[in-house]
Amino acid sequence: MRRLAAPIPIAVMCVVLALVALLAYGLASNEPDRSIDEALAEGEREPAPALELPRLSGESVGSLGDYRGQVVVLNFWASWCKPCREESPLLQRWHERIQKHDATVLGVDAFDEIGRARAFVREYGLTYPMLRDGAGETRESFGIIGFPETFVIDREGRIAAAQRGPVGEEFMREQVVPLLRQPS
Amino acid sequence: MSRAAAVLAALAALAVPAGAAAQECPQTTLGDIEDEVMCPICGTPLGLASEAPQAQQQRAFIEGLIADCRSKEDIKRALVAQFGEGVLALPGDDSGDGGVEDVLVYAIPALGILLALGGIGFAVLRWRSKRTRRAEPAAARGDSARLEADIERYDL
Repeated sequence: MRRLAAPIPIAVMCVVLALVALLAYGLASNEPDRSIDEALAEGEREPAPALELPRLSGESVGSLGDYRGQVVVLNFWASWCKPCREESPLLQRWHERIQKHDATVLGVDAFDEIGRARAFVREYGLTYPMLRDGAGETRESFGIIGFPETFVIDREGRIAAAQRGPVGEEFMREQVVPLLRQPS
Repeated sequence: MSRAAAVLAALAALAVPAGAAAQECPQTTLGDIEDEVMCPICGTPLGLASEAPQAQQQRAFIEGLIADCRSKEDIKRALVAQFGEGVLALPGDDSGDGGVEDVLVYAIPALGILLALGGIGFAVLRWRSKRTRRAEPAAARGDSARLEADIERYDL
C-alpha cells in the first residue's frame, strides 16, 4: 500500500508546483518594462521603440519614423486623465516654441474614447500631431505605467529623457532645449 | 362622457408607441456588461474598478449606448472598436480565435480544482484506512474476550 501510494502524492505535488510556477510567470510577465529607465539611469540612450499608429483625426497612419531627424517630445495622454489636462497647455506652448528648431511635440492618445479625445484636443486648442492607441498597444514597449508619460527623443531617434508623470517647465528646459542645439 | 372617452383614447394612443418602443429596446444594464468587460488601464474587470477615471469614462460610454437602445453585443463591439480586443473580459468572447489560450483559461483552474479534490479524497481514504487498521486489533481483542465469557457460561 505504501509503495503504491508514494507516486501519487509526488505527482500531485509536481502538478501543484507547475500551477504555482505558471501563476508566478503570469505575475512576472505583467511587470512593466523598465529598460528605458535603466538605460537612462546609466547615462545611455536607447533607440526609441517603433511606433506606428492611426492619427487621432482618423485620416491616415503616423509613425515615429516620420519625425526622424527632429527632436520629438512624445507625450502619452488620455482625456480621462486629470494631470494630462493640466500639462496640455504647457505642451502646446512648447510645441509652438520648438517647431522652428526642427522639433515637435507628438501626442499619443491611449486607452481612450475617440470622441472624448477629439473634444479634448479641440478644448485645449492642441495643434501638434496626434496619434491614437485605443488598445494601448505601445504601453509595453515604452514601459508605461500611468498617464501622462513623456519621452524626449533626440535627432538620432534615441530616448534622451523620460518623465513618468506630468512634465513641467523645468523638465522641458533641461531635457529638450539642449537637444535643440544639436544639428539636424 | 364622450370627452372622457376621447381623452382615454388619446392617452392610449400615446401609450401604445411608448410601450412598443420599450419592448423593442433591449434590456441591457450597466451591471450586466460591467462584469464582462475590462477596464484596460486598471487590468481588472470594469465592475471592480470603481474609482478609476478611465473606468468612469467607460461607464459613461456604456450608459450612453444603453440609452441609445443598443444591445449588449452591440455595446461590446463598440467597446472593442474604442479600446481593442483586450477590453473583453471573458475568454473566447472576441471574434478572433484565441484558440489554446481560451481553452487554457478554463482548463487550468478546472485542473487545479480536480487535483485539490483528488488530493483531499486521497488524504481522507488514507486516514480512514489507517484508522481501520488501528481499530482492528482492539476489536479482535474484544471479540475473543466475549467468546471466552460465553464458553465459561455454558460450562462445556
